[in-house]
Amino acid sequence: MARHRGRGMAAINYPIGMNLGGDPSQALVHSNPEGKFTVTLSAIDLGQGMKQVTRQIAAETLGVPIADVYVDTADSDTGPHDMGSFASRGTHRVGNAVAAAAKEARGVMMEAAAEELEVNAADLDTDGRGNIHVKGAPSRAISVKDVAVAAQFRQGKTIAGRGIFLIPLSEVNPETGEMSPVSCYAHACLVADLEVDDETGEVTVLKMTSAYELGRAINPKMVEQQLVGGAWMGMSHALFETPEPYYPDTAHGPRDFNEYVMPGPGDICPHDIAVLERPAPDGPFGGKGPGEMCANPVLPAVANAIFNAVGVRVDSLPITPEKVLRAIKAQGGARPQGAPGGRR
Amino acid sequence: MLEFRKEYFKDERDDRLNEVGQPRQRQDMLGHVTGRTRYFDDHAFEGLLHLKVLRSPHPHARLRSIDTAAAERAPGVKRVIRAADVPVNKNTLLSLINFGKDDEPLLAADKVRYKGEPILAIVAESEAAAYDALTKVRVEYDPLPAVFDVEEALKSGAPVVNETYPTNAFEYHEKYNHQKLRFGDVERAFAQADFIVEERYQMSPIEHAPTETNGSIAAPETNDRFVVHTCTQALFFSLGTAAKLLDVPSNRLHFLGGTVGGGFGGKVDSLTEPLSILGAMLTGRPVRYVLNREEEMLYGCPRGAERHYVKDGVMRDGRIIARKVTSYFDAGAYTRLSSYGAVKCIAHIPGPYTIPNVHAECYCVYTNRTPATAMRGFGITGVDFSLEVQMDKLAHKVGMDPMEFRILNAYRDGDMKAHRREAHNCALIECVQVAAEKASWPIRDEYRRMNSMTGGGGERAVIPPTATDEGGRIGAGRPATSTPPRPPPPTVAPPPRAPVPAAAQPRAPQPATTQARPAVPPPPAPPPPVAPAKPAATPQHGATRFSSVFGTRRR
Repeated sequence: MARHRGRGMAAINYPIGMNLGGDPSQALVHSNPEGKFTVTLSAIDLGQGMKQVTRQIAAETLGVPIADVYVDTADSDTGPHDMGSFASRGTHRVGNAVAAAAKEARGVMMEAAAEELEVNAADLDTDGRGNIHVKGAPSRAISVKDVAVAAQFRQGKTIAGRGIFLIPLSEVNPETGEMSPVSCYAHACLVADLEVDDETGEVTVLKMTSAYELGRAINPKMVEQQLVGGAWMGMSHALFETPEPYYPDTAHGPRDFNEYVMPGPGDICPHDIAVLERPAPDGPFGGKGPGEMCANPVLPAVANAIFNAVGVRVDSLPITPEKVLRAIKAQGGARPQGAPGGRR
Repeated sequence: MLEFRKEYFKDERDDRLNEVGQPRQRQDMLGHVTGRTRYFDDHAFEGLLHLKVLRSPHPHARLRSIDTAAAERAPGVKRVIRAADVPVNKNTLLSLINFGKDDEPLLAADKVRYKGEPILAIVAESEAAAYDALTKVRVEYDPLPAVFDVEEALKSGAPVVNETYPTNAFEYHEKYNHQKLRFGDVERAFAQADFIVEERYQMSPIEHAPTETNGSIAAPETNDRFVVHTCTQALFFSLGTAAKLLDVPSNRLHFLGGTVGGGFGGKVDSLTEPLSILGAMLTGRPVRYVLNREEEMLYGCPRGAERHYVKDGVMRDGRIIARKVTSYFDAGAYTRLSSYGAVKCIAHIPGPYTIPNVHAECYCVYTNRTPATAMRGFGITGVDFSLEVQMDKLAHKVGMDPMEFRILNAYRDGDMKAHRREAHNCALIECVQVAAEKASWPIRDEYRRMNSMTGGGGERAVIPPTATDEGGRIGAGRPATSTPPRPPPPTVAPPPRAPVPAAAQPRAPQPATTQARPAVPPPPAPPPPVAPAKPAATPQHGATRFSSVFGTRRR
């Protein structure tokens, strides 16, 4: 009886946004009289960071510091329509709507600044620190605050913008399946190193090593939280979770977290991640979205590593100790497959 | 540990940005870490009432009678809500985007189709009073035979789960009982392949297990409107669903949310909002309906089970020349979003690889279990598990390194995908290269030098001649599943109890509109006969007018 090391990998891509499109998002952006901006949405922050992603996109587009932008969501009376937070659509769809709204608001702001500075708006730029200046002449400048005061009390202009992003709904051909599912994909490859106990069937994941391509990472720390947490969920899906452990038999349904088996803090393993950014041609600053796809490569990588460790294929999720042990017994014992690409 | 590999695709990016790309702290972080962020359940209302539902103990049963007299007299009970109180008691979530037929009541009226299906609701002064009153409701059931396995459900003679779809399969394009994908000629390619690998994969249901369970609080306002605090993942989706079921104009509902304690796809189905609002309408008081943990675990709609049969033809040099996939999505008793997930599955096949011949069919199948819904990776997670384990087996079969095998078959810019759109913005090869490098997994130089930007298109952009077929035509008899289902391999632990048996002979041709089906004749016990259902087209339950509701509303 022994514990066998194994290593497996998987590679995946993931469609960004609702399949077939037809899932619009709207955004409103407006300034108060001091040049402080509010982004108004009906998008949902599930903890993934919807508010912060849209805040950074708005600040970048407006050309103002992040502290000068807050995001207000979700109120159906004030926030314009959005399909919802699902299908990895937040960054791409809502982000694009916010960028469009912020661009329109920026246009008014620059016109107002041009009137104050008595120049052409096309000759102006923002410095990202709360000022607007003539290109090539940083001393000819006005603060965003002074522009907002002037727009509100002297010029009678609304520094505000509306944005919508919609990928029109695609048809699906009944005969061939021809369709336009989405406009861009994220990508990933993940290596799982683990250990299988051939006496108990238990699997311990020791390390994950991965490369994720997500388009532009709008906020690197939030990308990290998604990838670390998502991969952990993938490990949980691979080895632990189901309310129907003998599906299609419905028995043994869990009633609480004592009965719904999930990994605990002690089961978390180190995860070494590389992020690649191939900007989406139609994403906000090239952003795609890491939300869903980060879990997906873990399931097959773990299954493949178990095969590598003991030579059994468990093709039914979750890969519980019972299934591993039965498979090892049916095979007449563990059969380590050697080291694909070396082993740590 | 996380590192950025900025050297990849640097020519496609302008990295001179101020805010985008910066690791800024989230605007809501302080509230979250100090426990002061307000969620839907952090809103206090004077005179708050609590709503709980009575759930079916049977997976499939006709409702013979419901006696609520004792429950209505129970202490603290303000109102019992029955199916007839729901203004429009039939809906399907995706009717908001005009996809599929209404197939699900808010409260079961004539029969229950899964264990845990809500039959009635009780609104009371406290949760304890509501629970207590639920025990006083007397319901008489006529149990019906149930079906739990997707392939059993498609067989002739299987119990009809959901009369809206009498063959237990969602109807695509009003024409087929599955969604098709046809690209090239897989059968001819299989005949030319050096190896054929054919396997079966199964994903069991998975629960979202959010920290915050599904819930909402609805309260009458003084202006003829209702305010609703909710943890929905889709504010207007839930508002629209509630407005339809309650037959009110959308602007009479004011939804507030946006800060949610974990969703993962399990908070799209609007499980609680319609009943909270209806409770507020019927009592004139604020009503809170929150699923307890057991309800969330068992009846709060999981990620649905999926079964995939994958058959590949591969050449000795590692090129995959044909891939055939037959997939079954277990929707449970009602459609919810599974019909959409199945189309997303079809769009994803054959995975991020360029394969010249692809054939796939995906069925959205009804069974007598909790309706499934979306979850993180919806329509893809189970497919990726199946395809990537299959890829490992193929690499093993041809004796190739699995990393190099992925790179060899990876899609590249300009390649034609099976759904007949050109690939662009690809990056699979680069991800494999970087992961291999980081994991010290050696790959040969020629594979290290390949990239997604070159080598695609040309011959790889051609749409091959493709034959179409009429298999699975609705009303034309048994679906033509061209991949014969195989028994589970011995490595899978056998379930302790066998699924409900069903007749194996082909289903006789039936018109699509036929509602009555012959009873199932399985041993051990003969089931009660299945009574004919009402025609699906007529509105089934509840008044569409609102007068009784208006009478008790506080102005």
